[in-house]
Amino acid sequence: MTREEQGRPLVGRSVPRREDRRLVSGRGRFVDDIALPGMLHAQFVRSTVAHGEIVSVDLSAVRRVPGVVAAFTADDLAIGDITAQLGRPRSQFVPTAMPVLARDKVRYVGEPLAIVVGLDAYAAEDGLEAAHVEYAPLPPVLGEETALADDAVLVHDEAARNTLVDVSLFATDGIDDIFDAAHRVVEVDVTTGRQNALPLETRGAVAHWDDREEQLLLQTCTQVPHQVRTVASRCLRLDERAVRVVVPDMGGGFGQKCVVGREEIAAAAAALRLGRPVKWIEDRKDALSASFLAREQHYRARAAFDADGRILALDADVVCDMGAYSCYPFTAGIEPLMASAEMPGVYKVPAYRVRGRAITTNKAPTAPYRGVSRPQYVMVVERLFERAARELGLDSVEIRRRNVITDFPYTGVNNITYDPGSYLESLNLCEQVVRDEGWYDTRTAAAVEGRHIGIGYACFSERTGYGSSAFAQRKMQVVPGFDISEVRMDTSGAVTVTTGTMSHGQSHETTMAQIVADALGLDIARVRLHQGDTDRVTYGWGTFASRSITVGGSAVRLAAERLGDKLRAIAAALWDTEPEEVELAEGQVRRRGGDGARDVLTHQEIADVAYLRADLLPKDIEPGLTATATFDVFNDGTFSNATHGVVVELHQDTGQVEILRYVCVEDCGVAIHPQVVEGQCRGGIAQGIAGALYEEVTYDAVGEPSATSFMDYKVPTAHEIPEVSIHHLETPCAFTATGAKGAGEGGTIGAPAAVLNAVNDALRPTGTELDHTPITPQTVHRALNPEPVP
Amino acid sequence: MTDDTLMTPREPQLIALNVNGEQHEVITEARRTLVDVLRHELRLTGTHVGCEHGICGACTVLVDDRPVRACLMFAAQAEGARIRTVESLADGNLLSDLQRAFSEHHALQCGFCTPGFLMLAEGFLAERPEATKEEIREVVAANMCRCTGYQTIVEAIDACATARRRACARACDSKEN
Repeated sequence: MTREEQGRPLVGRSVPRREDRRLVSGRGRFVDDIALPGMLHAQFVRSTVAHGEIVSVDLSAVRRVPGVVAAFTADDLAIGDITAQLGRPRSQFVPTAMPVLARDKVRYVGEPLAIVVGLDAYAAEDGLEAAHVEYAPLPPVLGEETALADDAVLVHDEAARNTLVDVSLFATDGIDDIFDAAHRVVEVDVTTGRQNALPLETRGAVAHWDDREEQLLLQTCTQVPHQVRTVASRCLRLDERAVRVVVPDMGGGFGQKCVVGREEIAAAAAALRLGRPVKWIEDRKDALSASFLAREQHYRARAAFDADGRILALDADVVCDMGAYSCYPFTAGIEPLMASAEMPGVYKVPAYRVRGRAITTNKAPTAPYRGVSRPQYVMVVERLFERAARELGLDSVEIRRRNVITDFPYTGVNNITYDPGSYLESLNLCEQVVRDEGWYDTRTAAAVEGRHIGIGYACFSERTGYGSSAFAQRKMQVVPGFDISEVRMDTSGAVTVTTGTMSHGQSHETTMAQIVADALGLDIARVRLHQGDTDRVTYGWGTFASRSITVGGSAVRLAAERLGDKLRAIAAALWDTEPEEVELAEGQVRRRGGDGARDVLTHQEIADVAYLRADLLPKDIEPGLTATATFDVFNDGTFSNATHGVVVELHQDTGQVEILRYVCVEDCGVAIHPQVVEGQCRGGIAQGIAGALYEEVTYDAVGEPSATSFMDYKVPTAHEIPEVSIHHLETPCAFTATGAKGAGEGGTIGAPAAVLNAVNDALRPTGTELDHTPITPQTVHRALNPEPVP
Repeated sequence: MTDDTLMTPREPQLIALNVNGEQHEVITEARRTLVDVLRHELRLTGTHVGCEHGICGACTVLVDDRPVRACLMFAAQAEGARIRTVESLADGNLLSDLQRAFSEHHALQCGFCTPGFLMLAEGFLAERPEATKEEIREVVAANMCRCTGYQTIVEAIDACATARRRACARACDSKEN
């Protein structure tokens, strides 16, 4: 810390990250690093067919394989099902049970049927080879058309036409008349490919029964430890107190780990049965093909415009392919409900109609991957504006300027009230940067040379402060939203803070400590964070939907302030003054205006009194130094916003899309740690570009997934991801305790739309417009090199 | 299928490995990969497993000073070679310049891929201390990161290389004077 930095608040500064020392030294502890005496290793027998009745599962040969200790089917373990629920009528939502191990039917290639436990992972894999499963195959349901057909084969008998969710949340009166009378109506038909969130660390767990604690200790890499505890306790019929979920260091999650996985529950069941620790580490083949996937959606949308390019109405039909099961706790409703509720986004849309459906198919189930439907609907809305601009002869930025929300708070046609943001400012700044750097001139010059350079934008917001009320509106039966934090000072004056959120790369150990250190006037080195341990953390909803700093950080801040109040009260009593006369700063407890040594105490001296000399405390102050606070968001949440600007060049001979420039103007309110915010933006943008140009899991006619290794699943590297320049705007949030809005997902949300728009801009001379991601070199090549007319 | 065909050769063998300057003797199956032996037999868990098919690079270690994928090599093949893992970079509690550069540039978030990138960079910079930023980007493309978008990894390695060259130039200057 430099001299100038001393005494300044830590919040707002990119202080050194406290997680780094162990992570760069190889001393992090990830789940596969855990080794316990007598530990066994599990692997899963997985379905090789997409859809079929299970005739028999014969594990007798498995059990004879050297090194195999045990093998269990669903019947052997008798574990309860995982069933996610929405509180909606049957016409809108059909709940489906996800058995921990498939019992009667298999519904996707890779579905776990049996667990094999061996002395090591090699032995368990040997065992898999000897499993004999007999199926009576059923026709696989693999696409929207097949799934929704009147005579469709059913993935779940209870879900007619394979529809799990069917909601029409909005339908403005007279909307058809608006379309009929409009100056111009534009339409898009947008589809997005199935993607894998792909944390570099695959899923995994280590489970064992701890006799002394009379507890199942389940160490697992999950974004939602308390929710895993609930499901484990119910499936295994244990009190929640008899289950402790602990999350070690976590190698990413991105949403794939914010739902409860069946394998971690099965591993726990096997550990209980065997009385020995059982470890399960998902291999990459399973992670690619049989883990939770995401993103496969189809939007048919149209928008009505007046002659000035003002949007009059938006009408959309959304179909999300959720795969074989509804995920816990979010359900198959997560994607269509998000899209339906929020699609108007940053634009003043006066009339809106939407139908959102989730269908079930014989593909791996999906989880809410970073961005959740917003990458898609932002792409849809931005495409509609691009198309309208083209047809009305308007500049594509100008048409957005005429439509973005500028008066806050603004209540949209979707009944959501948007808190203040910088939609217009971000758009203007982003365009300015691209223009000042000369990219418009470059595009013009390139066109003369026959090169294909395009510029594209995406202007969007993301709701980040989802409180209980926002999730309750979706009718979730298990309602996330609030968070609880406890701050505890020990007799040395050092502090431990708990959060119910769970960092998997977002730097909570640093950012939460910054918040606490500021509130208590402590050196950050004296603050330690506990997260991801259901015995240490009262309760929490984990980390997803960019909620950690907005909701979790607010709870941390409020708890720290409460503890600060107590420290001041004790100091005031010792000085016989008022608490307002006491300040906490620069590692000291000081009497305002005082200048003598007697006007200064250390935190340790106060803590000493609170614990070791409680006799000195006034009657109205309890011994000890702990404080707890809960934070929830009761309105419609807070909205971070951004504009992304992208310049691409399309290569005539290869169809390659090369990103020449990427500019991001973001506003997440107060940035607790600007470097971390930029890291979130860049990482998100990389995943967004991945979805726009590279990654897709497809299925063949019998339901085999195409991507089972990194040879087939094209994860972009430093070759493909460009440098991103980031410009910050700051519209502080009025109702989070820190002024922060979330920053986790914006990059992923904006990139696909901006890239797709840029590609379409470059394709403009060809007359072709693309509406599917990933944009493959083949499609671009075809557009640039049309077959000569014979 | 008879039981015989299910038998897998699991005969253990004794191998000697030189890891981070220490000699280790391990009794292990011939089929175990170097990364598994490092992690599970020697408990050097800093090296991570990301894909087990040689693409993600999370398991990168140095074998005779060159970066290799420890998931594509049997431990037995590494006998007689000098192996270095991420645990060798720091001097006690003192982080190396490369490790510090990663932290200063926020070149890691979840930190899972980090040991692989560190060892990749350690091996590369030793071989090409004069590497340009473009060359560094080329090399960084060998490994996968899912959090950072790579830019800060490139910047961290470039900053470390630049600082090393400056220090080297200063040392040369002072020798000449």
